[in-house]
Amino acid sequence: MAVTAGRPTRGALLPSQLSAITSTRTGSLAIFIVRRILWMAPILFFVILITFTLMHLAPGSPWDKAGGRQLSDTVINNLNIRYGLNKPVTQQFVLYLWSVIHFDFGLSYQYQNKTVSGLLLESWPYTATIGVLAFLLIIPVGVGLGVLAALRQNTRIDYITMGFATVAASFPNFVIGALMVVVFGVLSYRATGGNFFLPTAGFALDDHLIMPVLTLALLPIAYTARLTRASTLEAIRQDFVRTAWAKGLPERLVVTRHVLKNSLIPVVTTLGPTFAFLVTGSVIVETVFSIPGIGRAFVVAIESRDYPMILGTTVLFSLVIAVANLVVDVAYVFIDPRVRLT
Amino acid sequence: MALPAATIEQLGQWEVPEQQIGLWSDALQRFRRNRLAIAGAAVVLLLVLIAFGSPLLVQLHLIADPLKQHVEFIEAAPGQNGYAFGADELGRDTLSRLLFGSRVSLAVGIFVQAIILPIGLAIGLTAGYFGGRIDNLLMRFTDIWYAFPDLLFVLVVVSVFGPSLLTIFGAIALVNWVGLARLVRGQVLSIKEKEFIEAARSSGSAPAKLILKHLLPNSLGPIIVTLTFGIPQAIFLEAVLSFLGVGIQPPTPTWGQMVFDGYENIYANPTSVVFPALAIGFTLLAFSFVGDGLRDALDPRMKR
Repeated sequence: MAVTAGRPTRGALLPSQLSAITSTRTGSLAIFIVRRILWMAPILFFVILITFTLMHLAPGSPWDKAGGRQLSDTVINNLNIRYGLNKPVTQQFVLYLWSVIHFDFGLSYQYQNKTVSGLLLESWPYTATIGVLAFLLIIPVGVGLGVLAALRQNTRIDYITMGFATVAASFPNFVIGALMVVVFGVLSYRATGGNFFLPTAGFALDDHLIMPVLTLALLPIAYTARLTRASTLEAIRQDFVRTAWAKGLPERLVVTRHVLKNSLIPVVTTLGPTFAFLVTGSVIVETVFSIPGIGRAFVVAIESRDYPMILGTTVLFSLVIAVANLVVDVAYVFIDPRVRLT
Repeated sequence: MALPAATIEQLGQWEVPEQQIGLWSDALQRFRRNRLAIAGAAVVLLLVLIAFGSPLLVQLHLIADPLKQHVEFIEAAPGQNGYAFGADELGRDTLSRLLFGSRVSLAVGIFVQAIILPIGLAIGLTAGYFGGRIDNLLMRFTDIWYAFPDLLFVLVVVSVFGPSLLTIFGAIALVNWVGLARLVRGQVLSIKEKEFIEAARSSGSAPAKLILKHLLPNSLGPIIVTLTFGIPQAIFLEAVLSFLGVGIQPPTPTWGQMVFDGYENIYANPTSVVFPALAIGFTLLAFSFVGDGLRDALDPRMKR
């Protein structure tokens, strides 16, 4: 069973008394979900531990370059007290864990009087809007192209679709974004003498969204299309599909009722990684199109070594990805009854 | 089931082809038949030649020095003032910078795989061979690394330790070894149960010999494929770092850096974005064609 990472092996967490519950499918499903949720805790703990340790391994102190001059010892002392850096590292770590549980990620270094949680709250709507739109685009377009290519295997449609998918799956998204800006921004600006075909920067709920969403979605679409094509080709050779054809069902029904259900199963397993890709892709897309989302905030934090902000964003992103993987794993169990809940 | 005597006789007369085709020459044949893979390999070869040859081209005055500025030709368009590919925002020759950019990309691609290989082998072989508690522990460990969003981790490491070549190689390798470790473990687990391993073990082979002589050579194909696919992945991460402005520092020309610089002045000179962007894209495409070709060639279960 090739579900995503992080599934403890059978019996790892399972007291023998519970075996009565696990003998039913509903019972074992419940146990499976609980165990998957519990597995998130150590993952997130280690993500925080590793990132936290890295931050503290950093040479020098965060105030070395503050304001471009050497600060006096008194000032450094006061800063350390304000940001809790005067305590021992282990104590800082425990305190940090405790506050993270309460969704408090501490104070940002780069802005006065701004908390990391506040910054994240400010910027998440942008990231979420683009991410969700991209996600909504990936499934229908990717699956549609894949099924189309498979049904018209070895025709021109197949070659064009797969050619596009192969290229799109190899080109990095910042390259695609930059090239789109050249075509739809710069060249149209030059050709029309000052009009943009599409806006190239900023955020608004209109055609500003088109290029960022496309940039983010193109690679997952290509990947989904290739995967769907392969699984559809496998599905249309099955006996039950031949039977469906033989009893005279129209193509539309054969595809929607019989083929699609089976060719979608492998696609579902990739939704977890796809989600992770969208989350980290936001870092790039928001930089290309100057969108003030979490990804952009993360890059700014990296540039200015705003450690609490870096840590907070990493934790948030990892949490989102972990939850997405959990949802996908559970959804998969419902979609494919053949899955063993081990 | 007893066979009739005549059949057995017939079987004895079957001719066995004298020349046995080994896995590797068979794979090579299959690879050769794959036109996309050959095209990809040609591009890769060309890139290697460019990477090694570009300093020579500068010495022979065939291309300009990639670092030399000509302020009078800032943002020269392609073909203008003898700049075949134009000049950038500091008046440096774009063609020359493009050619030199291949050096960083290839170096990242290759060296990262060189770091990944021992780590992935060590962890994958140990986990797969010894199994049990050690396997469990190591696999939980890789799960944790796997949960880390790779781009974020690389960005964090680079921001902490500074954007030196070594940090960047190390950071990219640290997020990419997981795939290889898992693959090696899976290979070992499946090969371990085969009869020839049992035969070797019962004839008294030491674990080290078993691993080096039997398990490793038999999982070499998938390892090579994984490493090949790792090259574009590493090139991509380095390019993203440069594009975000935290990669290998100027003036060393890298393609990601060139896209970053060109993007700031995209309205003045869009070609300074287009050329490096296409260079990255087609390089990655070439490597993935080679990877696909190798996978098809080295997978003996392929249906074709």
